[in-house]
Amino acid sequence: MKFTIDRGALLKALTHVQSVVERRNTIPILSNVLMRADDGAVELSATDMDIAVVEKVSADVSQQGATTVPAHTLFDIVRKLEDGSQIELGGGSEEGQMAMRSGRSTLKLATLASEDFPAMTDDDMPHSFTLEAAALRALIDRTRFAISTEETRYYLNGIYLHAAESDEGGAVLRAVATDGHRLARMEIPVPAGAEGIPGVIVPRKTVNELRKLIDEAEDDIAVMMSDTKIRFAMDGIVLSSKLIDGTFPDYDRVIPEANDKFLEVSCNRFERAVDLVSTISTEKSRAIKLSLGANSLVLSATSPDAGSATEELEVEYDDGDLEIGFNSKYLIDITQQIQGDKARFALSDAASPTLVKDLEDENALYVLMPMRV
Amino acid sequence: MPWLCRDCFETGPSEDGVTDLCPDCGSARVISHKELNTLSIAHIDCDAFYATVEMRDDPSLKGKPVLVGGKGGRGVIMAASYEARKFGCRSAMPMFKARKLCPQAIIVRPNMAKYSVVGREVRKLMHDTTPLVEPISIDEAFLDLSGTEKLHGGAPAHTLARLADRVENEVGITVTVGLSHNKFLAKIASDLDKPRGFSVVGRSETLGFLDTLPVSKLWGVGKALQRKLHADGFHEIGSLRACSEEFLVERYGSIGSRLSRFSYGNDNRRVDPKGNRKSISSESTFFNDIRSADELIKRLWPLSEKVAARAKAAELSGRVITVKFKTDRFLIRTRRRTLTDPTQLAEVIWRTGADLVKKEARGTAYRLIGIGISDFSPADHADPPDLGNPDGERIKVVEQTIDNVRARFGTDAIKKGRGLKPEKNDRTSRPPAR
Repeated sequence: MKFTIDRGALLKALTHVQSVVERRNTIPILSNVLMRADDGAVELSATDMDIAVVEKVSADVSQQGATTVPAHTLFDIVRKLEDGSQIELGGGSEEGQMAMRSGRSTLKLATLASEDFPAMTDDDMPHSFTLEAAALRALIDRTRFAISTEETRYYLNGIYLHAAESDEGGAVLRAVATDGHRLARMEIPVPAGAEGIPGVIVPRKTVNELRKLIDEAEDDIAVMMSDTKIRFAMDGIVLSSKLIDGTFPDYDRVIPEANDKFLEVSCNRFERAVDLVSTISTEKSRAIKLSLGANSLVLSATSPDAGSATEELEVEYDDGDLEIGFNSKYLIDITQQIQGDKARFALSDAASPTLVKDLEDENALYVLMPMRV
Repeated sequence: MPWLCRDCFETGPSEDGVTDLCPDCGSARVISHKELNTLSIAHIDCDAFYATVEMRDDPSLKGKPVLVGGKGGRGVIMAASYEARKFGCRSAMPMFKARKLCPQAIIVRPNMAKYSVVGREVRKLMHDTTPLVEPISIDEAFLDLSGTEKLHGGAPAHTLARLADRVENEVGITVTVGLSHNKFLAKIASDLDKPRGFSVVGRSETLGFLDTLPVSKLWGVGKALQRKLHADGFHEIGSLRACSEEFLVERYGSIGSRLSRFSYGNDNRRVDPKGNRKSISSESTFFNDIRSADELIKRLWPLSEKVAARAKAAELSGRVITVKFKTDRFLIRTRRRTLTDPTQLAEVIWRTGADLVKKEARGTAYRLIGIGISDFSPADHADPPDLGNPDGERIKVVEQTIDNVRARFGTDAIKKGRGLKPEKNDRTSRPPAR
């Protein structure tokens, strides 16, 4: 194998693929990136056995072939090479090594045989549809903060993606995530081909890798899935991932429908007040108290060690006095997702879940459990 | 020899040995002991607590054999009055058996709410004497009275006698006091002279005293270890002094070092008002070693129920679940997991434990499994409603219902299907205290 490639193009592709490679690996070849040079292009692959990212970049291939080298090392080297330079990889080196030349720099990297690189099996993917990049970003951004990290409930360690009927009627593609304390639900009109998809749980790491890949994407993203795998394809990059094998809870039953106390707040001011008052709340619970009265909201926190804090906000509220506690971090996590100026809280009592909506975005919905204060 | 009258609280030195009757009031309740005025660690135990409370509230029960527990066919005795004990009735005995032994016994259903109120009243009186009160359960506690002589105008023994008297007069139940120079001996002492007793074990008599006590009196010695000790020829605590600590550790595991220390009457644990309780756990040694994950998980269920019951009784909840394994080669492995919220539900403890077991049950043969909770929070922080578990509230209600049934009719009155058919030969016990 031998090819010459533009440093910028290689760096960009490596940035994409190396990120799935785990820092510590018990299987050595999983630390490596597979490079396969073929007809004017090089294909880079990396995997952690659950996720595989493959990216094709054009290169001047003088000798076809394939090898694997340590992904993070190669990435670090390419990062440090001069911008705009050409890099020549492979060719004329001993067994077990790959040579790299750029300008006056020469490096040799230890290789492992490409045949040993695990390939993610090419399953049959019976479902496929395309999504606008912006829509996929919204599905991820509005929900991923609520993904659980609790190992026991592995089925909550991802985003539940499925076709559903919206509350107003009409088919939607929905993303839902919860960690038990808060739940986030985001939906978009169902894309053609996604009406009959099975409900799948996309693991947190896949969600995060995918989000990085589509950060600047403008084109549509092709999505293919089976019961056990999902694949996303976009300009020359393909991300394949296993799905979480579990059943996502019947979340509809925890979304309150009869909450009858409505509070409207300006997100910016609310978030700032929560942030300020929470400075005093204890590290462990981060609890703050919301005391509601006619058009007034008093946020307060006390801690035996740190002191106390209160802030009053003018709000739109006229449904009777109520005191309710929340984890301040969770409140901020949610208000940060609100795209418009105002958030609307639908409350019931101090022990029941609260519903939060974005007044300017009907597609997103959040549920938050109160806590004792 | 110094003496103290437990009726009139008169004290005095006496030149001519033991004082039998109080020279002041003539009472026979006189304690006479060489070290009476220098010992300050006490263990106070309420006498037949639940039964005594019932007799206090219904004087017609006084002097009669009273059993507190579920009346149903599967009910269990939670407390037996001393009159009932004469017939051989003991707590934890099935009610039907007790009825055979003592058909005339009066059976009273337990009223846990009332007992916990009374227990708190007793505890408050203890706190009036010293802040160093370490509760062990609702009806017993350790007290450290060192340094209180000036405050109370008398030696700890004197203060304790007055405390026992106050409990009798103000709460209406009786207690027994054990006084010694450490917790281990104070606890044993309080067991010597029940009810309404006061026993003293001094430093100089410690070794001789331990020479007469059976090893089963040692904290952490359950039936299995007792059998093993007997088989090895150790019957009295003192006999353990024949062997080195190293030998005992090698032969019996980590508990060996405690066996050695206790055999010399040494115990350096302090009376800790916060309670040295950092975890609640339960473990079980199998009759035959077990390899199968399913079987191990099944064994975990009754243990999880025990842990949950004790957490609920102590009004605690834990965020960390730890599973302990002992392999056929006596290697101990522990695996732990932190939950997002503290729990006191058997169901949650068990499910988390089961998940940990699945990862460890890969062919190894285990002789013991245990489960526990730690990182405590108050009970009212436990098991908040959970958006990730729409059935969570139902699980909680089911468990509360089971608890209520058990409180009325005994632990065996209701069981989950997975708890059926336990192996009869297994030994279930609390793990040795640290």
